[in-house]
Amino acid sequence: MGKKRLGLIVNPVAGIGGRVGLKGSDGAEIQRKALELGAVPRSNERAKEALAVLSPIAGDVELITYPAEMGEDVARECGLEPRVVGRIESGQTTAEDTRRAARAVEELKVDLLAFVGGDGTARDIYEAVGGDVPALGIPAGVKIHSAVFATSPATAGELVVSYLGGRVSRLREAEVMDVDEDAFRRGVLSARLYGYLRVPFRRSLVQSLKTASSPMEEASQSAIAAEIVGRMERGCLYILGPGTTTRAIASHLGLTKTLLGVDVVRDGEIVAADVGESELLELLRGAQARIIVTPIGGQGFILGRGNQQISPDVIRQVGKENTIVVSTSEKIHSLRGQALLVDTGDRGVDEMLCGYVRVVTGYAEEILYRVSCSGKT
Amino acid sequence: MSRSRAVVYPYIPNSVPQVKQQMLEAVGAESTDDFYEDVPESLRLRKPLDLPPPLLSEYALKRHVEGILSKNKTCGEYLSFLGAGCYQHHVPAVCDEINQRGEFLTAYAGEPYDDHGRFQALFEYASMMGELLNMDVVNVPTYDGYQAAATSIRMAARITGRGEALVPDTICPGKLSKLRDYCQPAVEIKLVDHERQTGNLDLEDLKAKVSGRTAAVYIENPAYLGFIETHGGEVSSIAHESGAQFVGSVDPMSLGVLTPPADYGADIVCGDLQPLGMHMQFGGGQAGFIATRDEERYVMEYPSRLFGIAPTRVDGEYGFGDVAYERTSFAVREEGKEWVGTAAALWGITAGVYLALMGPQGLAEIGEGIMLRSRYAVQQMSKLEGVQAPVFQGPHFQEFVVGFEGTGKTVEEINHGLLVRGILGGKDLSKEFPELGNCALYCVTEVHTKADIDRLVEALGEVVS
Amino acid sequence: MEDITRHRYEEGKPRLRRFHQARWDEPIIFELSRQGQRGILVPEVEDEIRDQVGDAMASLPDYMCRKQPPGLPELSQPQVLRHYVRLSQENLGTDVNIDVGQGTCTMKYSPKINDALARAPKVADLHPLQDEDTVQGVLEIMYRFEQILKEISGLDRFSLQPGAGSAAIYTNVSVIRAYHAKRGEGERRDEIITTIFSHPSNAACAKTAGYKVITLYPDEDGYPDLEALKVAVSERTAGLLITNPEDTGIFNPRIEEFVNVVHEAGGLCSYDQANANGVLGITRAGEAGFDMCHFNLHKTFSSPHGCGGPAVGATGVAQELAGFLPVPVVDFDGQRYHLNYELPDSVGKIGPFYGVVPVVVKAYAWAMSMGAEGLREVAEIAVLNNNYLLQKMLEIPGVCAPYARGKRRIEQVRYSWEELGRETGVHSEEIGLRAADFGVHYWTSHHPFVVPEPCTLEPTESYSRDELDEYAAILAHVAREARSDPELVKTAPHNSTVHTIDPTPLDDPDQWATTWRAYKRKVQQHEE
Repeated sequence: MGKKRLGLIVNPVAGIGGRVGLKGSDGAEIQRKALELGAVPRSNERAKEALAVLSPIAGDVELITYPAEMGEDVARECGLEPRVVGRIESGQTTAEDTRRAARAVEELKVDLLAFVGGDGTARDIYEAVGGDVPALGIPAGVKIHSAVFATSPATAGELVVSYLGGRVSRLREAEVMDVDEDAFRRGVLSARLYGYLRVPFRRSLVQSLKTASSPMEEASQSAIAAEIVGRMERGCLYILGPGTTTRAIASHLGLTKTLLGVDVVRDGEIVAADVGESELLELLRGAQARIIVTPIGGQGFILGRGNQQISPDVIRQVGKENTIVVSTSEKIHSLRGQALLVDTGDRGVDEMLCGYVRVVTGYAEEILYRVSCSGKT
Repeated sequence: MSRSRAVVYPYIPNSVPQVKQQMLEAVGAESTDDFYEDVPESLRLRKPLDLPPPLLSEYALKRHVEGILSKNKTCGEYLSFLGAGCYQHHVPAVCDEINQRGEFLTAYAGEPYDDHGRFQALFEYASMMGELLNMDVVNVPTYDGYQAAATSIRMAARITGRGEALVPDTICPGKLSKLRDYCQPAVEIKLVDHERQTGNLDLEDLKAKVSGRTAAVYIENPAYLGFIETHGGEVSSIAHESGAQFVGSVDPMSLGVLTPPADYGADIVCGDLQPLGMHMQFGGGQAGFIATRDEERYVMEYPSRLFGIAPTRVDGEYGFGDVAYERTSFAVREEGKEWVGTAAALWGITAGVYLALMGPQGLAEIGEGIMLRSRYAVQQMSKLEGVQAPVFQGPHFQEFVVGFEGTGKTVEEINHGLLVRGILGGKDLSKEFPELGNCALYCVTEVHTKADIDRLVEALGEVVS
Repeated sequence: MEDITRHRYEEGKPRLRRFHQARWDEPIIFELSRQGQRGILVPEVEDEIRDQVGDAMASLPDYMCRKQPPGLPELSQPQVLRHYVRLSQENLGTDVNIDVGQGTCTMKYSPKINDALARAPKVADLHPLQDEDTVQGVLEIMYRFEQILKEISGLDRFSLQPGAGSAAIYTNVSVIRAYHAKRGEGERRDEIITTIFSHPSNAACAKTAGYKVITLYPDEDGYPDLEALKVAVSERTAGLLITNPEDTGIFNPRIEEFVNVVHEAGGLCSYDQANANGVLGITRAGEAGFDMCHFNLHKTFSSPHGCGGPAVGATGVAQELAGFLPVPVVDFDGQRYHLNYELPDSVGKIGPFYGVVPVVVKAYAWAMSMGAEGLREVAEIAVLNNNYLLQKMLEIPGVCAPYARGKRRIEQVRYSWEELGRETGVHSEEIGLRAADFGVHYWTSHHPFVVPEPCTLEPTESYSRDELDEYAAILAHVAREARSDPELVKTAPHNSTVHTIDPTPLDDPDQWATTWRAYKRKVQQHEE
């Protein structure tokens, strides 16, 4: 059994925007401005914190990384001996370098790909290698909508150690989200769901005599699916938003759902796949319908992020009482008590949706949870 | 408000007034009232509870409680032939020694490190039961045999995805009421007729009632009424042919001499541990066991914890932990897997001690001895005029139904007559099974000598004449 | 002459103990077996019986006679004793450690006198079906204890039959179900409401009984959210199951309003009083309007925990629900105690007899030894101890007590080590296992962890100030180690009975083994 392989990619320009009040640091223009303002890159600090946790297993792991500020420097500063691949123009790295690094590292069949950055970095990784290689984000950027990041560099490091050491073997699909910067600069805030990375997560290592464990996420999703399918009525349209839980509902019916898009189901069949707003409005004419959505990303948005196809008009047409929210309890708990959020772009619809909502969390199981409007990121 | 109390309580170290005061000061509180700031005034009790005056000295407490308990007369003071789910067996002194040890008695929910002893003791209990039942998976005990039966039936329902269970109509009505209440949302309990002569399950009626809706066919061996089901193999076939699970409830004490149900096809086996080292305690010594084969689809359906053995980072060191802690649902129906909680662990440990003391030879000897004694009792009782013993023909283990119709006396009258002679007669079945007439359930175990049995027969002879 | 005692103290404060748990490296009992050994001999059958009866097994069909004796171990008596005594030493019970770490378990002192009283032949040697005239003593104790519970709760009728807290909750749910069924509303009312910080058994038992469970999440301060409840109730509501104070140690100040909202919707309210230790004599279920409640006698009422039972969950109801209770209940006509099976709408029997009566005897004795003032002192000191420990815990950098910040707690607190975790990557469980190296342990929380990196501590009234100081000092020490030497904490325990367990086989059907025979079989299969 050979050594485990860990890929490490550092995005050196991530996080610059935050300190100087900029919303994002993607795009060469923004970076230039940020550096002019004297911002100090934070990626290295964060990477070091994470790597420090790795030192006990340094001898058992082969660390594969990109040159200079994209990983090599920080690895050596931590006393590790990395294997360096690829080439960069030091001081002028871009998103394309991140993507190339991801591909290079993936080709070497790493067991886990750790990256330091923000949503933009996560998106680059995903676009380069898709969801096949297990990955984990070490937070260093400003904005984190994606659910692929650990809560801190130290916990990321600890998770890497546990995963490579075989003590944690579970992977969960987590959303890669990114704010659309160009739209933002036009004054329109919208987020896109780019895809899913498989991320290790740690369940409690120690058991309790008195209580049962909570079900694994797949089991919860399957229970939710059974409950929802059990309620489905003949002739009614079901608008399924993106997400792994809504995908589970489709699977329960034996259907393959568009993971990132909105599909419409009726009587156990897909009526339309990956639809946009106008197609939805067309389908809704004179039809009985229900919307099923699930929180997307790390911020708990149920509408307005990643599922804008379900527009205010669609929601008004279907009605609040026919809008069903589904979620595993793990997802709810990851919100740390923050409310679920809606931001459809239409104040009236947002306010209609605010308050308390029943969320289906299992078979014959619901929770009451707060929904709040948010105009901000 | 905290008036200074005159009493310093031995069980409350910080009730020493100066200590209490210092601690209040340390946390910046005026009085303990401050801590109840969230309890609204309307809900605050402003006068003491109306309870009997306290017995502050240990002596006064002892005297009071013993005074009340002295109104009891025990089975040590009578000669008892009662059974019906709670059995009078000898409890080895070592069993009492172990379950009184403070380290076991007061442990609870620590980890497999700091409570390693508890885990090992329960793993060993499960292992010994596994040998007894000839099955590879045994749970940490549940409350009693009723719960074990109810959970076994619901497990069968989850495994098969079906909603009906067939149960003998000779089952104890109390147990039936438990099964009905507990299985209610998921499983409908239906009764199967019995053969009048032997009491055994009527196989024809079973065949008529079993169907594609049957989740479980449940029998008890020995039955509540004492007879041994001798067609277990056929019951098993009938159940399996229609895709149902065969659930067998069994008296563990009988398994030194009787074949375990797994050997004639049982998929899930359950029962009560009380006979294995628990004093009767007025019915407070019960504990339930459930056992199955070591197949994932069964393991995943246990609501209780299952302890497994695991290596540690030191070679040869035994660790323990929960098996399949995260159980995915294999069930077709997504109902919950009941619950997990405190139940009867200490009795499980005790049963392990009992089985370790008895060993295979002890269990075989006790089983054979019980069958000899009860058969003797049956033979002697049947010599009495008007007494039918046993009411059901065929083999029995330790209990048997005795009919008193021919005596013209009710069981109540007979038991009263026995009581004045210092004997506790068998359980009166007349209300539970009116179709059997005036009958009682007698139990004979290894605690009964020949002289005891003869004394019973003689007393009965006097009472019924 | 040297004063050896001085090494135990540093600047007047005690140093931490140099603890090591008993480590016997004890084999599995089967490995101690030697063929032919006997642990106990059984009474012999008289020759006359043998002669008369003949072969006891003759009437059995051949297949019903056990051919293969059970593979039980064969040990002599002292070996069995030694083996189990060694195993007993490898535990940390309340008799041994400062057991304030097992939050929600109420690990108070179980007085030995009560164990002695309940062990006596006058309890142990009673058969449950004896003529009632012969067991008036034990029936009297059961009756008297019920009267005590009635006064403590403000409710009207109790059953002592359920075998622990969860069983009691299930019984309450059964009563709710029977009540609505009787009124013809059983089909319609198919939802039960609970909260996320109530004991998970509330949700699990409701689900087992066939209800759909609606769980309320707290508001930002960690209090149960009344507005959420108002949205949750409807004509489908059968009842509310709520623990108060909740497992976070927070008392719901609007509990009466919660009850009113549910009553207005036609539902019943059940009060999970597993956490009653801090409110005995302070507040009651009755005044808050509850229709039913339950107490854990093996928690609040001091009966020992027994490694996980036997136990009793005493369940109480208001008068109008008394007819639904499980049978039998104990009645008294002024002269005689009597087991009453004639409750008109009873949900039936829960178990074969009347519950775990020795536990009732212990609980009764404990309550009688305390009296009204004593119970109040129990509550006040339990709460004082908790707030004292809370203060000490909050002095440890990296710990916080989420929710209700700045406010007092009742009898327990759910802490979070999240901040320490962010800094060091050390998890709550690891801190707990390192604490075991100093002779204590703790419990994290029910799953799933709503509070991240949780630890739930409940001092009860049974530990002294010095013991609370020692406990806090241990956790403070481990927290420092998490920063200075995280590997030591992450690889703990080091001074316990065994070393870090490798749980991999436990999730693999090919490797897991819940019995020795399964283990041996699988090992052999792997070797082949």
